[in-house]
Amino acid sequence: MVGGFRWAAMFPDEVWEHVFSFLPADADRNAAALVCRAWYRIERRSRWRVFVGNCYAVEPAAAVRRFPEVRAAAIKGKPHFADFNLVPSDWGGGAEAWVEAMVEGWPHLEELRLKRMVVSDDCLELIARCFKNFKVLSLVSCEGFSTAGLAAIAANCRNLRELDLHENEVEDNCLHWMSHFPESFASLVTLNIACLEERLVGLLHRVPQLVDLGTGKFAAQHHPELFSKLESAIAGCKNLKSLSGFWEAGPTYLPAIYSVCEGLTSLNLSYATIQGPELIKLISWCKNLQRLWVMDLIEDDGLIAVAASCKLLQELRVFPSDPYGAAQPISLTEHGLVAISAGCPMLHSVLYFCRQMTNAALLTVAKNCPNFTCFRLCIMEPHTPDYITRQPLDAGFSAIVESCKHLRRLSLSGLLTDLVFKSIGASANCLEMLSVAFAGDGDAGLHYILSGCKNLRKLEIRDCPFGDKPLLDNAAKLETMRSLWMSSCSVTLGACRQLARKMPLLNVEVINERKRGLPLELQPDNCPVEKLYIYRTVAGPRSDTPSCVWILR
Amino acid sequence: MSTTESGNSSTESEVSGLDYEETQLTLAPPGGSKSEPERKRGFSESVDLRFGRPALEAHAKDPASGSSDGPVSGAGKSPASKAQVVGWPPVRSFRRNALRSCTYVKVAVDGTPYLRKVDLDAYAGYQQLLIALEEMFSCFTARDYTNERRLVDPVNGAAYVPTYEDKDGDWMLVGDVPWKMFVASCKRLRLMKSSEAVNLAPRTPQGCANAR
Repeated sequence: MVGGFRWAAMFPDEVWEHVFSFLPADADRNAAALVCRAWYRIERRSRWRVFVGNCYAVEPAAAVRRFPEVRAAAIKGKPHFADFNLVPSDWGGGAEAWVEAMVEGWPHLEELRLKRMVVSDDCLELIARCFKNFKVLSLVSCEGFSTAGLAAIAANCRNLRELDLHENEVEDNCLHWMSHFPESFASLVTLNIACLEERLVGLLHRVPQLVDLGTGKFAAQHHPELFSKLESAIAGCKNLKSLSGFWEAGPTYLPAIYSVCEGLTSLNLSYATIQGPELIKLISWCKNLQRLWVMDLIEDDGLIAVAASCKLLQELRVFPSDPYGAAQPISLTEHGLVAISAGCPMLHSVLYFCRQMTNAALLTVAKNCPNFTCFRLCIMEPHTPDYITRQPLDAGFSAIVESCKHLRRLSLSGLLTDLVFKSIGASANCLEMLSVAFAGDGDAGLHYILSGCKNLRKLEIRDCPFGDKPLLDNAAKLETMRSLWMSSCSVTLGACRQLARKMPLLNVEVINERKRGLPLELQPDNCPVEKLYIYRTVAGPRSDTPSCVWILR
Repeated sequence: MSTTESGNSSTESEVSGLDYEETQLTLAPPGGSKSEPERKRGFSESVDLRFGRPALEAHAKDPASGSSDGPVSGAGKSPASKAQVVGWPPVRSFRRNALRSCTYVKVAVDGTPYLRKVDLDAYAGYQQLLIALEEMFSCFTARDYTNERRLVDPVNGAAYVPTYEDKDGDWMLVGDVPWKMFVASCKRLRLMKSSEAVNLAPRTPQGCANAR
């Protein structure tokens, strides 16, 4: 574009770089890069933070080549449903290819965040050795490494500021890996090791400047002096804002953290099997809480107390203490959710596991909280209707999407018909991620979503009666999204083949874990597809598929 | 299926020792055959209490259920299998394991190199646990010898007694205390050769009958 070239040259590159540094989101930088060649060139050399939502969407070498000055990278691997064992364990998501490319092309990398990837000890050792100014390592829901790999990080990363290791499957073969940390560890600000045992007290004395602490298997041995030691160690952490962990910690240890409660903005007790009354006592100290993760042991009464004390609350997650329902029923119902929605004006993000719900409650929540950005409700029994009216929960969820105009993430549950999808497709204009399970009547449901929801990026569906037609009718939509997961639906192999032929920029992965029968190439078109994962990519089909995954072309 | 063992530990029928009919092997994974149905029934019962019959009828795709939109084919599951839906409710396996971690114990068998792990919460009582152990180390046959629980290796006739290490570090015979107390205090299990088990704390004569 001749005009574009001329005005871009009006200023030196550094001026444009400075201008671009004000662009808040990658999407804005991406848009700027499309304006003209000069801006493309300037933008790519000045981008220092990169987010790769799907590790297979682009070749690592290509990403590294395009953005040579990256200091901070975040990469995600497996589809979200891998967290719930729906994805075969050998599906992929290995980090080696990325780590090797980064070591080669981003020697100044300071920050690496990986989610749902398979990270080996070799990867950790490479990171520890090659990135001289490494400051932040975050591994969430990853697997494949051991504490020996962590020892390499602890020993070599002298400027480590943040080590966040929550919810990983880690092999614990190096008991004293934390002793490799420097004696005086003034740089560490975040330490979240909620997957390992550790000696908490000794550690805290070395890192009193901690802002974010996540304990691991804090073993509640009954030493009388341990309590006072713990109390004074925690009190010594004057900057503590975020606390999590306390697995198996009985209520006797909770008072040890009272001294820091007032300063806490984030508290995660979702691994602590503490009962309601103790939780209420603890939380009543935490007046400045913005984020609270708890177990449903808090019950409605506890949530009512939270609504009264925690007026700054923005995010609430309530996890099930007994997901499989064999124990006594917990008194956590829709009343707790309604109380929170009424009492916490800044609430915008909710994850709530419960066993009963009503449309009326959801309507009230929708009215109280028009600012929701994330609403995930999990009624644990599939197909559960409104327990008072016996109606589907269409009206309730419709109210949520119609009222919450900034909703970016939504998870549905309970008895739902195609009507709810009609509302979502029509109203959820900011929705980026939708999770659907055991819902809908037929193809129309999926069609409403794919033909609406203009900002949809991730769609994951399980056990719904959605078939071929809405997929094929909305094939172009799939290229505007990051990914689509469908399992236990009514999609056939023929439709997947058609889709793959029609859309070269999509990887259509069919996952079939049953080893019997013909190989996929020989199966007929009407063969049902058990699991389907479709994602856009510029890298073509990946080369690391296991035997249960076929990429159709 | 015995209805006396519906998960209520205060009326444990294993007080009377192993009932031979009930130890008949079935083709099921360890711990899965006897205890799972009871758990599922318990779950359905608790669902009943909350939601009443109509909810279950809707789940069972009864066309006469009266709910405005019945569940559709392919998406519904029969009530009995509901408790086994893979990946539902959507709780990360990490968190699921964390919730159970205090009841997972290692099981060692004298004279064998391999260790297994069992989740004590998966069993309603001693009977189910023993059946599971028997199936796990499939060489054993559970026998009842005068109120004691033993597992016998049919190959060499050696008898093994299930023992456990409690929170205080003492080795005890399995079966002496009420089931819930055992689950709370057991750190690991060991199938000890009977010859060695004589060194353990002696049982009270009516050890089993004291179960409360």
